[in-house]
Amino acid sequence: MNKFTYASVSTTDAAIAEMDEHDSPKFIAGGTNLLDLMKVNVENPDHLIDITQIAFNQIEATADGGLRLGALVTNADTAWNEEVEKRYPLLSKAILAGASPQLRNMATNGGNLMQRTRCYYFYDTATPCNKREPGSGCSAIGGYNRILAILGTSEHCIATHPSDMCVALVALGATINITGINGDRTIPITEFHRLPGDRPDLDNTLQAGDIVTSIDLPVQGFEKNYAYLKVRDRASYAFALVSVAAALTLEGNQIKEARLVLGGVAHKPWRSAEAEAALTHQEASVSTFEKAAAIALEGAKGYGDNTFKIELAKRAIVRALKQAAGLEEQA
Amino acid sequence: MINPREYIEPGSSWPLGHAVPDQPATHTVKLNINGQDVHLKIEPWVSLLDALREYIGLTGTKKGCDHGQCGACTVLVDGKRINSCLTLAVMKQGCEITTIEGLAKGDELHPMQEAFVEHDAYQCGYCTPGQICSAIGLINEGIANTRDEISELMSGNICRCGAYPHILDAIEQVKGVAGHE
Amino acid sequence: MSLLQKLGVSAENLAPEITGKYIGKPISRVDGRAKVTGNAKYAAEFNIGTGILYGYVISSPIAKGKITAVNARQALSQKGVLNVFTHENVPGLAWFDRSYQDQDAPPGGSPFRPLQSDEILFSQQPIALVIAETFELARYASTLVHFEYEVKEELNVGLELNLYKAKKPKKHRFPVPKPRGDAEKALAGSVVKIEEAYYHGYEHHNPMEMFASTVIYGDDDRLTIYDKTQGVLNSQSYVKSVFGLSEDEARVISPFMGGGFGAGLRPQYQLYMAVLASLELKRSVKVVLTRQQMFSFGHRPATLQKISLGASAEGKLQAVINRCYSETSTFEEYTENVVNWSGQMYQCDNVMLDHKLVPLDLFTPLDMRAPGGVTGMYALEVAIDELAVKAGIDPLEFRLLNYAEKDQNLDKPFSSKELRECYRQGAERFGWNKRNPEAGATLEGNNLVGWGVATGCWEANQMPSRAKAMLSADGKLTVSSATADIGTGTYTVMTQVAAETLGVAMEDVLFKLGDSVLPMSPLQGGSWTMATVGSAVKLVCDQLKAKLFKMAKKVENSPFGNSKEEDVVFADRCISLKEDAQQYLTFTEIMRKSKVNYIEEDTTSLPNMLEQNEYSRFTHSAVFVEVKVDQDLGTVHVSRVVNAVAAGRIINTKTSRSQVLGGIVWGISMALHEDTVMDDNFGRFMNTNLAEYHVPVNADINDIDVIFVEEHDDIVNPLGVKGLGEIGIVGVAAAISNAVYHATGKRVRDLPIQLDKLL
Repeated sequence: MNKFTYASVSTTDAAIAEMDEHDSPKFIAGGTNLLDLMKVNVENPDHLIDITQIAFNQIEATADGGLRLGALVTNADTAWNEEVEKRYPLLSKAILAGASPQLRNMATNGGNLMQRTRCYYFYDTATPCNKREPGSGCSAIGGYNRILAILGTSEHCIATHPSDMCVALVALGATINITGINGDRTIPITEFHRLPGDRPDLDNTLQAGDIVTSIDLPVQGFEKNYAYLKVRDRASYAFALVSVAAALTLEGNQIKEARLVLGGVAHKPWRSAEAEAALTHQEASVSTFEKAAAIALEGAKGYGDNTFKIELAKRAIVRALKQAAGLEEQA
Repeated sequence: MINPREYIEPGSSWPLGHAVPDQPATHTVKLNINGQDVHLKIEPWVSLLDALREYIGLTGTKKGCDHGQCGACTVLVDGKRINSCLTLAVMKQGCEITTIEGLAKGDELHPMQEAFVEHDAYQCGYCTPGQICSAIGLINEGIANTRDEISELMSGNICRCGAYPHILDAIEQVKGVAGHE
Repeated sequence: MSLLQKLGVSAENLAPEITGKYIGKPISRVDGRAKVTGNAKYAAEFNIGTGILYGYVISSPIAKGKITAVNARQALSQKGVLNVFTHENVPGLAWFDRSYQDQDAPPGGSPFRPLQSDEILFSQQPIALVIAETFELARYASTLVHFEYEVKEELNVGLELNLYKAKKPKKHRFPVPKPRGDAEKALAGSVVKIEEAYYHGYEHHNPMEMFASTVIYGDDDRLTIYDKTQGVLNSQSYVKSVFGLSEDEARVISPFMGGGFGAGLRPQYQLYMAVLASLELKRSVKVVLTRQQMFSFGHRPATLQKISLGASAEGKLQAVINRCYSETSTFEEYTENVVNWSGQMYQCDNVMLDHKLVPLDLFTPLDMRAPGGVTGMYALEVAIDELAVKAGIDPLEFRLLNYAEKDQNLDKPFSSKELRECYRQGAERFGWNKRNPEAGATLEGNNLVGWGVATGCWEANQMPSRAKAMLSADGKLTVSSATADIGTGTYTVMTQVAAETLGVAMEDVLFKLGDSVLPMSPLQGGSWTMATVGSAVKLVCDQLKAKLFKMAKKVENSPFGNSKEEDVVFADRCISLKEDAQQYLTFTEIMRKSKVNYIEEDTTSLPNMLEQNEYSRFTHSAVFVEVKVDQDLGTVHVSRVVNAVAAGRIINTKTSRSQVLGGIVWGISMALHEDTVMDDNFGRFMNTNLAEYHVPVNADINDIDVIFVEEHDDIVNPLGVKGLGEIGIVGVAAAISNAVYHATGKRVRDLPIQLDKLL
């Protein structure tokens, strides 16, 4: 960990002003990912701006009847929030599938969006990594890649986004509220994270000085028919090999609307519009789900150790959809 | 909230050769630790864990990984369990921090400490302070009720000696949960 | 039920239960209070706030090559950085290899010498030590030291890629028995046979406490060293011989150890580093490794076993062949007992065993909980299961059919072996007789349910040890030995033995350990501490009794005038006549009247080798496991374990249960989770953290039942104990593998059984 200076701010203006005064400043809130990475010299800010005193700490109704999650509300407080539990149980379930109780008490909603990959090579400064050191090469392609991506990869990077929460947020169609030097703006979460392409160093589309202020959930919460399924190497406190957020609205046995998002398989939560289309207006049945699963994984590419994820993801999709449709119980 | 505008420039390599401030200013931080105000003059890069262990001498809180991956460093901050290794001490200005040293009242152990002794809920004892703080945090949360729920919500504390069933027995005793499953 | 009846030995055949006031009771740990209050101090926790310097180790980013340049200028320019030690500025130390050979060093090798050469022999090799006034500064300065390397391309990592280099070790710590009968021929003639290969990769001990040494530089130039070790005397003798110090100049202390599992059997390099810096700077220094660096030294070696078994149509074992390949480093030949179990566990007249080593560009492997035993028994017990399936015989019945009444490897009887009773009690508790003989046939919801059984076995050794005891006139007893308590309960069980032997309350006994000034004791390992140190504690307390009784007879108006020791009872701090309890003297009276303030004894306990060598001495267990395997997703959950253990006398049923429980959790970990993954391109372990090196968390562990089967053994040692540190893990991975097969019909022959192997 390198030397850095520290300042605590209580307004966004002050935060942005602090940003301007340093070479490589970073915001810090929960710190669970940033400090971890600073200790292994992957992140090396010269200045930390503590934004925990800014008032982004509310969960409140939005004008259109949705719910606004303050960026600084902790993951735990979000997951256990009564409104979230009642109206967006998919989100609660996804958050609680991630990390540990202690980490969820620290990590914030904004920080969860900003989580960086768990790729072994990204973490190990002894090895080349395009995400950490653009142009140095990708060690994971041709290296050990069991936990890495099978969808949306590039020749430069096969990292995955490690979040559970974000998978549910994409399924729910959340929007992200951002403030920054150029004022406020709101973007759909699907436009927040990005694929690696030839700039794997960029995890998302934020600009310099941007701060996430809150996350908005739309009215539709899929509270009746949802599932979050996380498949991992141990029962808890492990990152997903594959996770699935499935959300349906049903009319009888007919699927009116479907959301299907995968975690642990790509550089961002992987939403498959094609698979969703294949589910919509169909009967909620195993054969429909199997077709959708096959479509969702079209174009998936294995890199050896992680090739199993293609089959695993298909099976996990079918399972999650069965659970969402009420064909079987959710664990 | 991490600003993505900076990354290590291409060509820079291990070890890191980028500019850093020469002498980061020390900060004066007031922490309330186990009911006592402690004033610390420390640099911002000191974790709460290292502040406790190396600067204050409260070594009951353990360092098992320093990366939030084991739970040995668990303490209670304002009643909530957190990993002190991933917390900067300067960011806890004014907070109430409870460590393992602050649980017993004089000679009288906290019921959770008693239960850990009675159920042999440890072996080497190194994860124990974190387990106990985590268990008290779990009870404060008031969410886990069944043995399975406690087990899931105690999964942020690794015990390499494998005392897990005894740890659950101890917590169940304190919670007054009857029977198993 | 017919099967259970076949299991033989009934409870009536056993000798009466051994109990005492303390021995055999579920007693809470005497150090429990220290552990739950945070008062127990571990190696990195001494002398805080006394201006101690912090050392941070720099690890090599390359696996093989040479350091061609070092530039520490930028690091040294930092205010508060005192020194950077590298191979360029380390003073001349001991010359010969033997000076670096600790008690657990493989025989005949060249132990790794940190910072003494520009050669890089393995990835994460320690290449520098940065010393600074704070931990944070030392860590930061470590990023400012610049190295240049010449990388050697021809990297030898990966066991299977390098099998062609396999060779017999020059000296095996556990000599492989010569072949008996003609295994190849017997195999060819067998009606039922299997030929399979079994593998597990690298595993790292990962105790919760990271390796740490705090070296206090005294005013008299003497060192007091707080070290994380399973043997203070091992650390002391290493430091003495490497740095040329006398016993007085290097005292090593280790009152608590945050887990060892074998990792502390050899001095780790932070000890060398901290002592080096302390001597050079004449300052107190603390060096703590990082979690990543916990993957930079010894580990359980990746091991491949090619096993062939043959049996008759009736299921009688006719041939056993085990050809084993395990890794070692390029500088030491690490051997463990992997294959001998294959010739010992079952009655078989045709056995051929072989063990070869493959040198790789890694650090030397290191004993890790039940070294060799878990590896060898895993493969053998899965192979036996496969053979039983082929023969169409229940796997438990198959084991009974081939039960070894004597140790054919040694051609000796067992000193005791209640394995049959383990099978019987374990099977009964588990409900084995309800097992569906069909594999892959039991479905509960999405889960395939399977039951598996396996046998466990471990040595019951006793080593020489010394102990000292002092009884003061106020009736307080202090007993000491330089042993360790790595979580095993040593403090508690030794206190029990001393209190029981001398007839005092446990509260009046203080047992001291973990200090090199205390009487000699071997490393804490091999499951021998209870047998070894316990016997010494008993002996020294017996001698103290004799001394006290002799004194008691001499006091004025002694009620014991012509009595012999067997005529009296030692209880409640008194000696009294067996025949007339009213005739007694308190310990205090005896000493007051004899005008002494205390009495003391110091003794050496040696195993009775003459008698012990007549027998084969082992602990046994039977492990029964239920798994639930998700039929679509392949996730495996161990829902139930029953482990029936025959380990001689149990001193403390509470701590003993914990030890076996812990062993079972380790077995689950080995079967399903643990795997250090190597990148073959870099020769570097990649998942070197506790987020990606998986060990079980609370939610992975379910119902575990431990049974202690009564077993009486007068041969193994005076206490009749066999040790429990290892037996709990042995057999568990095999039982899980067998249960997974029973659940799914799929046989996985490499560990861990991660879900992708079952898709």
